[in-house]
Amino acid sequence: MIISIASGKGGTGKTLIATSLAISLGKDVQLLDCDVEEPNAHIFLKPEIKRSEAASIPVPQVNKSKCTYCRKCVEVCAFHAIAVLAEHVLVFPELCHGCGACSYLCPENAISEVDRQIGVVECGKAGDIDFVHGKLNIGEAMAPPLIRAVKKKIARSKTVIIDVPPGTSCPVVKSIEGSDYCVLVTEPTPFGLNDLVLAVEVVRKLGISFGIIINRDGFGDNKTEEYCKTNRIPILMRIPLDTEIARKYSRGIPLVQGMPEWRPKFQQLYDDIVNRTRIKT
Amino acid sequence: MKELVVLSGKGGTGKTTMVGSFAALAKNKVLTDCDVDAADLHLLLQPKAVSTNEFWGGKTAVIDTKRCTECGLCIDICRYGAISDEYDIDPISCEGCGFCYNICPVDAIEMRENMAGRWFVSDTKYGPLVHAKLGIAQENSGKLVATVRQNARSLAKEKNIDLIISDGPPGIGCPVISSLSGSNLALLVTEPTLSGIHDLERVIGTCQHFGVPAVVCINKYDINEENSCAIDDNCKRMHAEVISKIPFDNVVTEALVHGVPVVEYSDDKVSKEIAKLWTLAEKML
Repeated sequence: MIISIASGKGGTGKTLIATSLAISLGKDVQLLDCDVEEPNAHIFLKPEIKRSEAASIPVPQVNKSKCTYCRKCVEVCAFHAIAVLAEHVLVFPELCHGCGACSYLCPENAISEVDRQIGVVECGKAGDIDFVHGKLNIGEAMAPPLIRAVKKKIARSKTVIIDVPPGTSCPVVKSIEGSDYCVLVTEPTPFGLNDLVLAVEVVRKLGISFGIIINRDGFGDNKTEEYCKTNRIPILMRIPLDTEIARKYSRGIPLVQGMPEWRPKFQQLYDDIVNRTRIKT
Repeated sequence: MKELVVLSGKGGTGKTTMVGSFAALAKNKVLTDCDVDAADLHLLLQPKAVSTNEFWGGKTAVIDTKRCTECGLCIDICRYGAISDEYDIDPISCEGCGFCYNICPVDAIEMRENMAGRWFVSDTKYGPLVHAKLGIAQENSGKLVATVRQNARSLAKEKNIDLIISDGPPGIGCPVISSLSGSNLALLVTEPTLSGIHDLERVIGTCQHFGVPAVVCINKYDINEENSCAIDDNCKRMHAEVISKIPFDNVVTEALVHGVPVVEYSDDKVSKEIAKLWTLAEKML
């Protein structure tokens, strides 16, 4: 079973939920941090990293002695990652999506592919939790290929929890895709609700069942609650606005470790999700 | 023309709160919301759209099943796993590279342009706002950010305005890089949590990578003063000056619920500190 934790708006508590859920399950659980631009789950789980692998995309390398400057590669590249100026071929690796069209279609066989590293995938253990995250290199624009590399590590036999980046665009979709259930974490403010509505559209488009966790409950307004009611979206859990929770979070202490009374609530959350996916299938 | 972009690395640290207040404090400016896939600034500025424009970005492959001979070549070469064994193309997985279109031996594949979102020029009581809405689950957020910024620049020129203030997206990837390019100063809003500290380092690194000077504001600095000190130390080490520390106050959320910038809602310490921050940032531009 794959459960992804997403939000739309940043800073609503995705990592708090993902890490506490993983710790509460304890065994046979894998946590994947797909927020490769700003991964934070390791701060809370403090895993021992056992393997680090480079994540790369294949980019073209042009053999000048074979190239006839026919411009076929320029023509087929949808991302303007290759240009021919007189008798020079220029490759812009940071624009390349690694599709391989140029090397395959070059009539002179003048293009080969070399790996360009965009980040690393690190795997390790945090207690009994299998931990995987990706770290995008600074200055690198494209998160999706690295997210794909992180998701290749999914161990289907375990309960997989995915910490998703904020937003609603491609990195979010790539992270959530293939999940059995998606938890959307929000806060009861106009910003939280605005972005929640967008996130709901994403999971609906992907056809994934979902429910909502309201974090910092008790401040802001009631509109999120009303929205869920009108749209028949289940509220799975409420976490109150509490300075103690905020303080623990600020120090990188997982909620269920700092306040153990939360552990059964997360176990119940998991059971609830399992039941909800059963009803659907 | 001067351009200030507000970034954070970590989401939810208060970028839009700051930009909303700067909108009320700064005199002659164009505002932009570059967080095109989860835009929130409009909730504080109550814009009235002057123009709505389509954003066409990227393409998706479509197979003409009548022509398709099911030779399987497209399935073999697609590196994104976007084509199923039944020759259906999943538009979400399709990267729009056109490899399949280029190799199909019977020309059964067409590349169709996507309407990937909309962008708007709006009037607000604080001045013009250029903002956007990326289509759900669309790619090309970086390109849409570039479109927003280009149009903000043209608008500024046209109206003889020499300042642009941009609300940026979280993270350090494509839309952030697009928001940074051509900016004179990045204001990085962080919070004193371990996640905030970690993410700030990466966004400072990103600003330095692209040669944009960065200054830091610690929002809600008093929720963990020890961490705020750690941010001070890190920023010194990374040569990014901490120019502001703003205390935590529920009044920020109250103002948000009322849909107004906090500096217009209250005269409390938070508002005074944000006003001070704006005076400093304006001088540094």
